[in-house]
Amino acid sequence: MIRFDLTLSRTGRNGGDGFQLAMAGDIADGEFLTLFGASGVGKSTLLRLFAGLEKPSGGTLVVDGDTWCDAERGVHKPPQQRSVGFVFQDYALFPAMSVRDNIGYAAGRGESAWVGELLELTRLSGLADRKPHELSGGQQQRVALARALARRPRLLLLDEPLSALDLSLRLTLQQELQALHQRFGLTTVLVSHDLSEVFRLSHRVMVCEQGRIVRHGHPREVFIGQAPSRDRLSLSGELLAKRRSDVVWILTLLVGQDIVEVIATDEEADALEPGARLAISTRAFSPLLMPAGTG
Amino acid sequence: MFADLDWGPLWLTAELAAITTLILFLLGVPLAGWIAHSRSRFKPLVETLVSMPLVLPPSVLGFYLLLTLSPNNTFGAWLAQTFNLRLVFTFEGLVVGSVLYSLPFMVQPVQAALTNLPPSLREASYTLGKSRLATFWRVELPSVRPALLVGTVMAFAHTVGEFGVVLMIGGNIPDQTRVASIAIYNEVEIHNYSGANAYSMVLVAFCFVIVFVLNWLNRRHKVVLR
Repeated sequence: MIRFDLTLSRTGRNGGDGFQLAMAGDIADGEFLTLFGASGVGKSTLLRLFAGLEKPSGGTLVVDGDTWCDAERGVHKPPQQRSVGFVFQDYALFPAMSVRDNIGYAAGRGESAWVGELLELTRLSGLADRKPHELSGGQQQRVALARALARRPRLLLLDEPLSALDLSLRLTLQQELQALHQRFGLTTVLVSHDLSEVFRLSHRVMVCEQGRIVRHGHPREVFIGQAPSRDRLSLSGELLAKRRSDVVWILTLLVGQDIVEVIATDEEADALEPGARLAISTRAFSPLLMPAGTG
Repeated sequence: MFADLDWGPLWLTAELAAITTLILFLLGVPLAGWIAHSRSRFKPLVETLVSMPLVLPPSVLGFYLLLTLSPNNTFGAWLAQTFNLRLVFTFEGLVVGSVLYSLPFMVQPVQAALTNLPPSLREASYTLGKSRLATFWRVELPSVRPALLVGTVMAFAHTVGEFGVVLMIGGNIPDQTRVASIAIYNEVEIHNYSGANAYSMVLVAFCFVIVFVLNWLNRRHKVVLR
């Protein structure tokens, strides 16, 4: 169980507005939590506060009863003493070390069997002697993940690890991430601004805006406004365009990576502008189901 | 032309450059690391002092070293009494002068490369439980290997080419302080242009090879390191 109640204030340069962060919450053991929000709202900063890479202005962070940070008592454990695995957005692989050495450096001496197992798990065995710059983006990402797991951390922190990858690779890696999470049962915090990723991976999502957590809960509750239910099909999407056709409006929506058109009434259409986020809910009774074609 | 050449000055130059480069490596690399990562308010001062030899006439540096190290002055007298070390007009004095004079050539490339490393490399190593020292030694230094090589080669080459500092604090003592650049000056003084030419040609060839190799290294590593 992780409990956090952290604040951070930074004064702006050249008379700028500065940045205020005040976030509190808890994370259950083995939970997969996503921090969701636009860039610059403090998601990554919270992750860095967890890892000890930033020092909070105030507040506490307690992990399994162990105080990692207590600003009032002047406790601030350095990153080295916190049991975290951190996957950076740029992966931060050590350029002079091979894949095996990157993971071995993290695992420590006498852990070559464990390193081999991690290589196997992340399907990197064949690339173990390559240098990071000889790998593709997806392979680099897997090395970063294996390295973060190598110390057997209590908390896995993922800072937008998939954002630089193309869609099909992202889907594959999301599945792998899910499989690893199930296998190790690691408490995981993922920073993401990709809604489909949030839905696919997380048990719970915290929505961040301007340095605060404004909502949290199951992704469906948070984004669609209702608890998961059996007899409804609920999707969330973004309005791309609306146009009038005879007596109705046709809304063009982006749902995941698909374009969908739905019909709306005057009142519904009036309330929506392109860019709006909306929930689509329809009865799930007897839909037409067929295997997806490859074409 | 090379048959009756006294190779002593060339060997002395090589010895001086080798010792100087070794000391500079041991001294300059930690210093570069400190400058790259320190937030101390003395950092600008240290940075300036390290870079001074780039713009200062070598004779000025040599002149003040001569004054400071002379046994007639407090520091020089203290060195002579405590360590029995005389640094004026000796090989050891040349080493001290060369280390100071070539310091920026070792420090600056390494410092620049360390500063340009993404901070996430260090942070990743910290989150993996590694100390700052282990991170510097095992992650940062191997990542700036090309810069270490460039710094080492530049420090060596620059020491080979120095003249002013050596002349001021070393003088012109055969097998003690008469390095190649001084020997050339000496040969010209006694109108032995053929001897001066021989030393000069060796230095020209040496410098050409060094610069050529440096350019080649730079090109190769730009591709690899991006």
